[in-house]
Amino acid sequence: MTSAAADTIGIPDTTGTGPTRRRRRSKLVLRNTLLGWSFILPNFLGFAIITLIPVVTLFYVALTDYNIFGKGEFIGIGNFQKLVTDPLFVRSVVNTFYYALLHVPLTIVVALGLALLLNTKLRGIAFFRTAAFFPYITSIVAIALVWNLLFSPDYGPINEFLRFIGIQNPPGWLTSQEWAMPAIVIISTWRDMGYYMILFLAGLQTVPRELYEAARVDGTNAWQRFWNVTLPGIRPTMFLVTVLLTIASFKIFDLIIVLSPGGTAAPNQATVVLSQFIYQKGFIESKFGYASAAAVVLFAICLGATVIQFLINKKRSA
Amino acid sequence: MSTSDLIVGASVVDVTSERPGTDPLQRSRPSRGNVLRIVGSILLVLFALALLIPFFWMVLSSFKDSNEVFSVPVRWLPDTWHWEHYIELWTKTDMATWLRNTIVLATVVTFLQVLTGSFAAYGFAKVRFPGRDVLFLVYLATIAVPWQSYMIPQYIMMAQAKLTNTLLAIVVLQAFGAFGVFLMKQYFESIPEELSEAARIDGLNEYSIWARIMLPLSAPALASLALLTFVNTWNDYLGPLLYLRSRENWTVQLGLKNFVANNVDADYAMLFTGLTVSVIPIAIIFLIGQRYFVEGIATSGMKG
Repeated sequence: MTSAAADTIGIPDTTGTGPTRRRRRSKLVLRNTLLGWSFILPNFLGFAIITLIPVVTLFYVALTDYNIFGKGEFIGIGNFQKLVTDPLFVRSVVNTFYYALLHVPLTIVVALGLALLLNTKLRGIAFFRTAAFFPYITSIVAIALVWNLLFSPDYGPINEFLRFIGIQNPPGWLTSQEWAMPAIVIISTWRDMGYYMILFLAGLQTVPRELYEAARVDGTNAWQRFWNVTLPGIRPTMFLVTVLLTIASFKIFDLIIVLSPGGTAAPNQATVVLSQFIYQKGFIESKFGYASAAAVVLFAICLGATVIQFLINKKRSA
Repeated sequence: MSTSDLIVGASVVDVTSERPGTDPLQRSRPSRGNVLRIVGSILLVLFALALLIPFFWMVLSSFKDSNEVFSVPVRWLPDTWHWEHYIELWTKTDMATWLRNTIVLATVVTFLQVLTGSFAAYGFAKVRFPGRDVLFLVYLATIAVPWQSYMIPQYIMMAQAKLTNTLLAIVVLQAFGAFGVFLMKQYFESIPEELSEAARIDGLNEYSIWARIMLPLSAPALASLALLTFVNTWNDYLGPLLYLRSRENWTVQLGLKNFVANNVDADYAMLFTGLTVSVIPIAIIFLIGQRYFVEGIATSGMKG
C-alpha cells in the first residue's frame, strides 16, 4: 500500500544512491526518500521560492546597481564602499546597536522578574499572565499609534502624570532627539515582556525543587539561591532568550516605521535603524542593489551575534 | 535589586508550601512570608495596570469627541458617550473593505500554513531518509535570518511574477513559514511510534496515518499553530506595506496607519474607534485560545 502510494507521487529524486549494490536496502531508502519528500514538498516549494532563493540571491543583488528600472550591472563591492561613507548608514548602524543595548538587558530583567513573580502561588496569577501576554498579540500599528499619543509632549497622559508627580520639564519623548530611542525601547519592552516571560516561566519549571530544598538546608538566603540555583538552572532558557532578543532587536523595524512617518528624517535621524535604511533605499528610493548591500550587513550582524552567543554558551557549559 | 531578592524568596516559599506535608521552615516565619506575599501582590497589580492602561485609554477614547481625547487634565471617561463613532466607522471610512481583506488573508494563510506545515512535519518527524536532517537544519537556520535582510530580492521576484499589489502576494509570503513545520514536528515526535505501527499493520498507508492518527492526536498543537498564524497575519503591517499599494487591497493595519499618515489633523475619534475594532477580534480569539498560545510559544521556543 505504502510503496504504491509513494511511487504514484512522481517526485524527481536527486538523492538516489544508485540501486546497483545492496539492492534491497537501497530500494527501501529510495522508497523512504520519495515518501519523505512527498510530505515535505508542498511546504518546501513555497519555502524555497519565498525564503531560500531570496536569501541566496541577496548576495548577488548586493553586488549590482540593480534598480527598479532595469537589470543591474555587476559593480563588485562598490555598494559596500559607498555604504561606509554614507552618514545615514553609519547613523542607522549606531542607532541599531544603541537600541539593542538598551532593549536586550531591560527586557531580560523585566521578563525574568515577571516570570519569578508568576512562578509563585499569589492570588490573581492567571489573570496577570493573560494581561502580560496581551500586548504581544496586539498589532504593532495599534501599539505604536496609541503610545505615540500617550507620549505626546504637551497633551499626552504620560507627561501629564510626570508633571503631576512634580517633574517640571518632562522629556519630549518621540519628538526629542535624546528621548526618542528610549521611548521606543519602553514601548517595545512593554510589548515583548509577556512573550519572554512565558519562555522564562517554562524554564523555571524545569529547575528541580530538590535543589532549592538542599540550598535551604545549607542555610543560603534567597539572593544566594537565585544566583546559585535559579540562574544556573535556567541557563538554556537564558541563552535562548538572549539569542532571540538580540536578533529581534537588530531587525527592529515596524515599530519605528509606524512611529516616525517622516521616514529617515524625523527627528534628526535619532531613530533611524538598519532595517529602515534598507526600506528607505530599496522601496522609497528604488536603489535595490544599494539597499541589498545594507541588508547583507544586517544579515552579517545577526549571524555574527548568534555565533558569538553560541560560542560563549559552549565555553560556559564546557 | 532588593525586589528580585524578595521575589525569589517568595517563589521558594511557595515552592515548598505546595507540598502536602507543609514545610516546617515556612511555618516558623509566617510573617516574612506574608510580607513577601503582599509586596509580590502589589508589584503584580502595578504591572497589570501598566499593561492594561493603554488599552483602557484606547477603548475609552473611541467614545470621546476628537477634541476631548487630549483634554488637560486627562479625563478618563468621556463627557458624553459617542456610540455613533462605531457606525460612522463603516459609513465614513473603508473599514469594511479592509476588514474583509484581512479576514480573507488571515483565513487562507492559516489554512495553508497548518496544512502544508503539518504535512511536511510528518515527513521530518516520522519518515527516515538521507538528507532529512540537513534539510531540517536549513529550515531552522532561516528562522534566524531576518526577513528584512531578504525582503528586497523577494520583492524583485514577486514583481517579476506580477504578484505585487495583489492579496495573493501576502498569502504566498506568509503561508509557507518554517515555524509551522518546526512546531508540528516537535509535537509529532512526542506521539509514540507504536500507534503508527499498529495503524500500518491495519493496512493504513502513511498519508492515512497522517490524516487519521496524527492530526486528531495533535489537536492542541494544531490549535496553537492556527491561532498564532491567524493573529500574526491579522497584525502584519510590513508585508501589506510593501505589497499592497492600492486602497482596495489594504488590510486593517494599513488602513489604520493611513488615518494618521495622510492628514495632519487626524480624526482621532475615528482612529481610536478603528483601533478598538481591529484589536477586539484578536482579544476574543486570544481569551478563548489562551492556553494554546502559551503552549505553542513555550514548546517552540524551548527547543530552539
